[in-house]
Formats: sequence, structure tokens, C-alpha cells
Amino acid sequence: MAPAAPRPGALYGGLPEPGPPGMSARVLEFGEELRGEGVAIGTSELLDAFAVLEEIDWRSAPGFREALAATLAKSQEDRRIFELVFERFFFRAVEQAAVREGVREEGGIDAGAAGEADLDRLREQIARALADGGESAMRDLARLAIAAFGRQGEGSGVIGVDVQRIRRALGLRSEPQPELPGDDPRRPGLPREALRRFEAILRRELERAQIERTETLPPSRPLNELDRALPSGPLQDLAAVHRVVAQLKRRLATEGLQARGRRAHRHVDVRRTMRASLQTGGVPVVLKFRPRRPRRPEIYVLCDVSTSVTSASVFFLSVLHALHDSFRKMRSFVFIERISEVTDTFERERNFKAVSEAIARDAGVADVSGYTDYGRVWSEFRTLVEDDLHPRATVIVLGDARTNGRDPRADIFAEVAARAGRTFWLNPEPRLYWNYGDSVIAAYERYCRAFECWTTRQLEDFVRALTRPEDGDRLSA
Amino acid sequence: MSASAVATGPGSVDELAAGLREVGYLPGESTALVSYLATRLGKPVLVEGPAGVGKTELAKALSAFLGRGLVRLQCYEGLDEAKALYEWNYRKQLLRIQSEAPGTGWQDVQEDIFGEEFLLARPLMTAITSTEPVVLLIDEIDKTDQEFEAMLLEVLSDFQITIPELGRIEAATRPVVLLTSNNTRELTEALKRRCLYLWLDYPTLEHELQIVSLHAPELSQTVAKKLVELIGMVRDLDLKKPPSIAESIDWARTLLLLGADDIDAETFRQTMSVIVKHRTDLDVVAERVGVKLTGLGG
Repeated sequence: MAPAAPRPGALYGGLPEPGPPGMSARVLEFGEELRGEGVAIGTSELLDAFAVLEEIDWRSAPGFREALAATLAKSQEDRRIFELVFERFFFRAVEQAAVREGVREEGGIDAGAAGEADLDRLREQIARALADGGESAMRDLARLAIAAFGRQGEGSGVIGVDVQRIRRALGLRSEPQPELPGDDPRRPGLPREALRRFEAILRRELERAQIERTETLPPSRPLNELDRALPSGPLQDLAAVHRVVAQLKRRLATEGLQARGRRAHRHVDVRRTMRASLQTGGVPVVLKFRPRRPRRPEIYVLCDVSTSVTSASVFFLSVLHALHDSFRKMRSFVFIERISEVTDTFERERNFKAVSEAIARDAGVADVSGYTDYGRVWSEFRTLVEDDLHPRATVIVLGDARTNGRDPRADIFAEVAARAGRTFWLNPEPRLYWNYGDSVIAAYERYCRAFECWTTRQLEDFVRALTRPEDGDRLSA
Repeated sequence: MSASAVATGPGSVDELAAGLREVGYLPGESTALVSYLATRLGKPVLVEGPAGVGKTELAKALSAFLGRGLVRLQCYEGLDEAKALYEWNYRKQLLRIQSEAPGTGWQDVQEDIFGEEFLLARPLMTAITSTEPVVLLIDEIDKTDQEFEAMLLEVLSDFQITIPELGRIEAATRPVVLLTSNNTRELTEALKRRCLYLWLDYPTLEHELQIVSLHAPELSQTVAKKLVELIGMVRDLDLKKPPSIAESIDWARTLLLLGADDIDAETFRQTMSVIVKHRTDLDVVAERVGVKLTGLGG
């Protein structure tokens, strides 16, 4: 290893010079980087990491990674972030050293010769490597592919776009491609896992090439928050949704217990205490208490199902219905231009997919022009539930509050909010976008509590707030 | 090999992996590594993952390989220290007081009845006080409440238990501790801080193929391969309860018993209740996977 060059940006204003150049400092910096991404890392975790590194041969990459992960990332979510940061951090560390030392990598393959290699053969080689799954072969081929396709047209400059472009040009797909000749390995479709790996390699090689070209590092950016967002595409990942719901449900179930345990203010059940006292000759040794009942609110949910927020709405509705036993009564409505009640649909269908199909089919009545009309929705909602609303009811609205230029009619909304005990607004847009364009959430926010709700964490927080017994609200069912 | 392992613990990750394999558990790379670190550092391991990926099995295999006894604490809602740590055997204490000869002072009695003789050791206590080193398995820690977790902290970080009447009991030997969780609730930071973390997921196709072949060696490779591929397909579906590794093995054994030399649509329909155990799941699987099998021409 080269003698330690002055290390830029030493941590905490300079560390005691470590023995082997930079290893422990690197680990500390890595920990710092993880903290920056919101992983809770304490000193004890870092100490563990050092202890662990003494036990293993940290020259083997997978062992090093696993050992660090076992000490630093303590949940599946953290682990995912760890993987991303690890890749970014240690890759950058290597590149930084290379830039500093002016090292250029001598590729195993001459990029100049790659142009001559005919594309069809390259395609086939890559497909074969993918099917067999050899890591180093894939890396070499990725470079060849970049060299070959970089020549055809200029890169777009955006690495993600280039990766997809190259993949398409190579005709690599996971679906079977029956039009190809019989001996082509792409014909039965390539393994999805291998494709993902190949894309990751492509991305790295492209980044490396960019660094070599410009001789600077791209700025490190915090991982996109949206990486951890709620499913927003057209119901792309049903299983994931279901897992979240199932987990949420179990968590809330235990949460309720804790709330009951913590709030130990309980009433003695005289009858049961007296009965139990017979065992001890009439002396009430063991007190029996009345069980505390969790808050079981009555809920009215209104969900915007116009295209911009459909999946968030349906997702949210199915969460609430999965939790329906925590509520005394629950009625759900969907709306676009008009409003329609879908409570029955959810009671009939337990399956997320069936529900969204049913909503798309039956709730079609709610859609005339395809544009949300909040004013009309409020007045219709008021007519529908006017007699049922009372101070113990909770109204939840899920929507982006984008009126498409129509009158928001916040006055009617205020009336509804006044009748109901609590009113919440969930906005699936990040707070940054609120009140921009035709979003009029400020007009409604005066009458309700507005939450942003575009990650599962936020959703979970909201549902918790909803079911937690509140002070000043002692009269729970 | 395992004789030396008893004395000093495994010398390397590979040795531990080989040892686990010997006792019939095929560890993944990270599993072997983290288990090795646990034996070296004496830190508890928090094992998380979906149901049926061999979290509990890992503890059993470790205990078999290390030649240590297994002490198991199954957690459930409402588990308290009287059932996990220790309890005073009050019946015996009462007897002791009643059988007291007249004239003995209260002081003597009190010292006597709060002695170790009247202590009922529960799993955690057993693990701590055992003179032989053990493997301690705290199963499904997420089923308990947070108060219980807090109580565990002393045991997990210092390997000691404080009993008000007796004082502190320190561990004679360091147990290897595994905590398993199905991730039904977020565990406290304090607990996680004291543990190494291991996420166990469903194994990859090749890995599961090895596991199945290990437990049902008579099954032909082609059938076994098809079996794990099908299992993978079934796990990808949105099921109430996806099949676990144990169920893959059961299925392999079932096929052996039936003498099936291929998994065609008919065999699948007849035997799928081995891997899918929910009525609605059965429908989904029959519809999605069964049809695919027919489509392939059986």
C-alpha cells in the first residue's frame, strides 16, 4: 500500500494516527456516513465493529461486509441502507485513492479492440455469462459492452439511463423470447437475479469511467428518500404491500397492549375482587381490576382515487380494513368527481388485488371527467353522513388536495370537521409540494390535522396516533 | 474436530461452517460468519427473518456442534421474570417455617429460606449458573413486551442476574446466546445495541437444493431441483403462510414415500397440502402454479 497521503477531511478535527493506514478511520467515516442516512449507530456499535474486524480476515470482501453489517445494521431496513452505503462508500474510497495517486486501471480487455468485436457475439457471450452467473466474466463483459455501445452514440450523461440503454441494446430480458434461435441462452429468459447483478456492475463500471474521464468524484448524495417510499406505481408489488399490512397489524396489536400496560391507572373491579377474596378467607389480598379498553373510534374514510393518488389510497384503505377490528365502525368512501361508498367491497373482499379491481370497476360512478372536484365531494359527503356524524367520530381524508382550479369549498369541509370529533388529512405528497400549483391544502389544514404520508413509516405513525387513547378523550367506547 | 471445538471454540469461520454441516445444518455464508463471531466475542446474536427459515434450528445445530447443552426460553405475551429468571419456592419456604423447632430466631429462618435451596431456577438462571457452557436460545423475543426486554439487558450484556435477597449471581461460563424474532414488532434500541444482527432469509435455489438433498438424499437430483424451483415460485405468490424450509423437506420426503419420479400437475395437486396450509392459499397455489405445471406438459 502507498504511504499515507494527507487524508482530506479527517474526522472530529483529526484522529490519533492509526496503525495501518486509515483502516479504523475509514470504518469511523463509514459509521458517520451511515448516521447521515439515518441509521442509529452508537459508540458501542463502532466498538463492536472494531472487535469484529480483529476476529476475521478482513481482506476477503464478503466477510468484511458481513462482519460490519452484523455489528452496524440492526434491522432489515438498516441492512438495506447499509448495502447501498457500503457500496457507495468503499467504492468511493477506492476511487478517491486512485484519483489521488493518478492510477488508471489497466483493464483486462483492450477497449480499442472492443469496437471490432462483433455485437452479436458480445450479446451472446453476455447472455451466457448471465445464465452461468460468473462474477468476473460479467465484469469484463460489462466493460466490453460499455466500450462497444459508448462508441455507437454518446452516453446520455445520466448513468441510470445509460444502463437501461445498454441492457436493451443487448436484448437482455427476463421474459422468454421465443423468436430467438433455439441455442440462444436468452431464449428461455435470463435469471432475474443475474440481470440485476449485471446492471449493478454496469452502473459501477460507468461510474468508474466517468471518474477516470473527469478525474473528480461525483458528489455523494444522500440516498433518495423515495427509495424507501410507499408503493406508488400501479400496484406493482402486491406481496410487499401485503407484508407491510400484516406487519403493521401485528405491531399495532402489541402496541395496544403496551399502552394498556403503561397507563396503569385502573379501576378496581369490586365484584371480582370479592369473589377472589373467598380463597383467602374473605380478606381481599389480590385486587382485581377492570380491563382497560383501547380506543375504538368510529371512522369515516374518504379517499381520492383519481389517477395521481390511486395506489396510495387503495393501499391506505386496505390497511384500515385490515385493522377493522380495532375500530367500532368504519365506513369508507372513494371519490374523484363524485363520491361513492365502498364499505361493502372491503367487507366482501379480503384480497388487496380484488379490492382494487372492484374499486376500479364499481366506483367508476365516481368518475365523470376524471378530475377531482372537492367542493362537490364535500357537499355530497355532508348529505350522506350528516345524521351519523357525532363528536366521537373520526373523519380521515386521503388526497393531494389538488382541485384542478375548482372551488375548494373549505366552508363545507369546515362544517363536516366541526360535526366530527377529529378530522385528519393524509397527503401522499411530500410536504415540499404542498400549496404549489393547484394544491390548496392550506385551506383545509385550518380545520384538520394534516399529515404527510408517503412512506410506510409515516403511515404507521399515523395509524398509531389514530388508535392511541388520547387524554381529554377518556370516554372511549 | 468437535472435541477441540468444545474446549476452545471453533478456530475459523470455515471450521464452524464445516462443523454445522456435519450436524445437518447447512449455514449460509453470513450465518456461519456471525455464529463464529458470536462464539469469539461472546456477544448475543439477534436472528431475524420470516418464519421457517431455520432460526431455531441454528441454535440447535450450534449446541450440537459445540457440544453444549441447549437451554431454551420460549417467549410469549405476558412472560415475566418469575417464569424466565427465577422464583422463590414459596411452598417449600412455608414448610420450612412451619417445621421450625420452637426457639429458633427469626434471623436464622430468614437467612435460611432465602437461600439457593429455595430458589427455582428458570431458563435464564439455568443458563447463567450452569457449570458447563451452554447455548441459550431465547425464542421469539418479539412476542414479549418491552418491560421484559429491559429485564434481559442485564443478562445479555453482563451475563449476571441480580436477586434482591441474594445479591448478584454471575455467570460461571459464558453461554452462546441466540435471540430469534419474527420481526412482528420493533425491538428496543438498547437490546439491539447489545447484539450482533443476523438476517436469515429464505435460501437461494442452490442452497435450498443442498438442504433438501442433505435431508432426503434418496430423492433424485432432477426432482429435487424441480421441487425447490416450485417452492420458490410458491413463495413468490402472495400467501398467508409461505412454505418454510422444513416444509420443503417434508415435501421431498412425501414424494419419496409416494415413489414419484417427477412432479407433474397431478402429483402436485395431490401433495401440495404438505407445503401450503391455508385454504385460500391452496386455491391460489392451485390456480397459479398448478396451471403452469399443466402448461409445461406435465
